[in-house]
Amino acid sequence: MEHFKNPSNMGEMKDPDVTSKVGNPACGDVMRIYLKVGKRDGEKYIKDIKFKTFGCASAIATSSVTTEMAMGKTLEEAESIEEKEISEELGGLPKIKMHCSSLSANGLHEAIYQYKKKEGLDISEDLKKKHKIAQKTLERTKEMRRKHGLDEE
Amino acid sequence: MKKVNEDRIYVDNNSTTPMDPRVKESMDPYFGEDFGNPNSLHKRGRTANDSVKKARGKVADLLKSKEDEIIFTGSATESNNHVLKGTAFSRKKKGKHIITDKTEHKCILSACRWLEEQGFEVTYLDVDEEGYVSPEDLKEELRDDTVLVSIMMANNEIGTIQPIKELAEVTHGNSDAYFHTDAAQCPGKMKVDVEELGIDMLTLNAHKMYGPKGIGALYKRQDVDIDPLLHGGGQEGGERSGTENVPYIVGFGKASEIAKRNWKKQGKKLTDMHNKFIQKIQNRIEEVKLNGPKKPRLPGNVNLSFIGVEGEALVLRLDERGIETATGSACSSEELKASHVLEAIGRGPETAHSSLRVSFGKFNTEEDIERMVDVLEEEVADLRSITALDKKGKIGD
Repeated sequence: MEHFKNPSNMGEMKDPDVTSKVGNPACGDVMRIYLKVGKRDGEKYIKDIKFKTFGCASAIATSSVTTEMAMGKTLEEAESIEEKEISEELGGLPKIKMHCSSLSANGLHEAIYQYKKKEGLDISEDLKKKHKIAQKTLERTKEMRRKHGLDEE
Repeated sequence: MKKVNEDRIYVDNNSTTPMDPRVKESMDPYFGEDFGNPNSLHKRGRTANDSVKKARGKVADLLKSKEDEIIFTGSATESNNHVLKGTAFSRKKKGKHIITDKTEHKCILSACRWLEEQGFEVTYLDVDEEGYVSPEDLKEELRDDTVLVSIMMANNEIGTIQPIKELAEVTHGNSDAYFHTDAAQCPGKMKVDVEELGIDMLTLNAHKMYGPKGIGALYKRQDVDIDPLLHGGGQEGGERSGTENVPYIVGFGKASEIAKRNWKKQGKKLTDMHNKFIQKIQNRIEEVKLNGPKKPRLPGNVNLSFIGVEGEALVLRLDERGIETATGSACSSEELKASHVLEAIGRGPETAHSSLRVSFGKFNTEEDIERMVDVLEEEVADLRSITALDKKGKIGD
């Protein structure tokens, strides 16, 4: 609850190295992650991370926890943060809200993917797969909007 | 009258209302000394029977119906199921077509979907952007085999008041179908006169009008013949078996008596409150959309979308600040879909997920409005600083 009332790392970042956008407003969740990447002992790490989320209480809380977990980690370490760990960190989520922790994990992975792509770094097969899933959700939303002619609203 | 809760503001009266203390008082003896079964022949049984009869008279008075046209049920959900399934099965030789609309309560829509699985055919009428069903649309869909039209009197989410009298006229003028309306939200706030409306059946419950939960009623005009939902000992004139829930029926009677006496005054008070609240919010907060009709709407009902602010998050933030509201966003529902009503009036997913329903009741005060507007302004601003959507509520680039 504290992560919902007073979320950490909330807000926009000035001059981020990369920004990601994931989610599906049809389900009521959209999340953006802003990353600044630094170098330490020859390894790239997350120097700063911020988020913005349109979503329910759990979505906001998981966003907050995810950024706390990722802060200071190397890119490889952050890449391997999974939704299960996020929900455990929060003390568990009801089954019905598990998609919130998966949204936050997606947001983080997508940001790392975008960064690696931009910098021409090696991207693992696993990360590629995660990126594809995130893209599909966004496209499905756009398609749905077109179908219902909702862009005028 | 004593305020129900001194510190917290309860503005979710379209969901349920606090019990009027006078209703509770009227019920008390029936949990104790007067515990009798109205079907028993002895004195205690006769006392119970008399009490049920009196309560039935009070509900009938509220609706201006005859006493024996009132059937007590377990809830509005049961009344609605009774109407739909009872009509469908009793008239299936005549026809298998039912008409309703897309903004009905889930209990109507779910029962209709079940009937479709049983081989009946259901037409779900569209509504316009304020939530109104068009009598012309209804006329067009009526057929020789249409046996029932069910359109709610006032929408629980967005407060649209349907032109029931006109819709009933169109139904009766162009078909042999029965006309039913779910009026659960209406009594105590507006006139509900079954004769004047010209309807065949009407659904009602007690807990939306300061009575107890777990008790509903069905008005069924004398000459309307449909199958019961519950078969058994033949209570309620064989229309609804099961031993009468005496204390709750008595409470329902008391709530009806109060509602009948006060509806004009309450209707005006609640209308003033919702108008004032809407105006204040629109003056102080930007990018707010009103869902439902501009006016008139169900007295006390407000439904707003704060662009970029997810409804469930807002409800929980308000709850933390002592204000109890509702949302059409359902992040916790299985399908994660926003309200079917907001979808039916053409709201996009972001707007539908940003909705907040405030519904005033007779225990709310002018001070409540002031405090709510202040708190809303702060919480909306804070959640907007977190949101990933742009100013127009779009996902952006």
